[in-house]
Amino acid sequence: MARIAGIDLPKNKRGEIGLTYIFGIGRSRAQTILTKAGISWDKKVNEWNDDEANAIRKIINDEIRVEGALRSEVQLNIKRLTDIGSNRGIRHRNGLPVRGQRTKTNARTRKGKRKTIAGKKKVTK
Amino acid sequence: MARSLKKGPFIDHNVEKKVEDMNKSGKKSVIKTWARRSTIPPEFVGHTFAVHNGNKFIPVYVTENMVGHKLGEFSLTRSFKGHSGNNKK
Repeated sequence: MARIAGIDLPKNKRGEIGLTYIFGIGRSRAQTILTKAGISWDKKVNEWNDDEANAIRKIINDEIRVEGALRSEVQLNIKRLTDIGSNRGIRHRNGLPVRGQRTKTNARTRKGKRKTIAGKKKVTK
Repeated sequence: MARSLKKGPFIDHNVEKKVEDMNKSGKKSVIKTWARRSTIPPEFVGHTFAVHNGNKFIPVYVTENMVGHKLGEFSLTRSFKGHSGNNKK
């Protein structure tokens, strides 16, 4: 059982995949970490011995920002945008897409579930 | 795509010159400008710009956090007041 950065990694997955369960580590990061630690990408997480797990822990601790620290960094970036009153900040505040996407249709990820307005006329043919 | 670093940030020459003059003479006044595309360099901090939004000039007071953004980001071009019949909230 490997516990890294406060997250339990899945036992039966390859190291390369298992590491991606940590927020802030994707496939590419996972691969660089494993190469640096000198561990095969294909080694399962439960096959790591303590030394290997510690080597990985050390690399993650020293070199990259993950989990809580990363989440708060993202929040701070958003807060900075809202505080200076930029267009991007205002889009964040209103819960609308930030990068210029259309909002006439779609944009449901940002806007959430459709809110139907009562009494709105249906289009008739 | 991001702008090439070789070129450096784009700063509108007219605005830049006005700010330089004001920094030299130590005076402060509102600078009226249409240069929404101009990046805000550190020299602009503390000045107020009246940035055109296509209709009116919106006063923008530049603070340190705004460096690196464009003037136009702070002068919105659309005014959405909500849909009709959407009175709650």
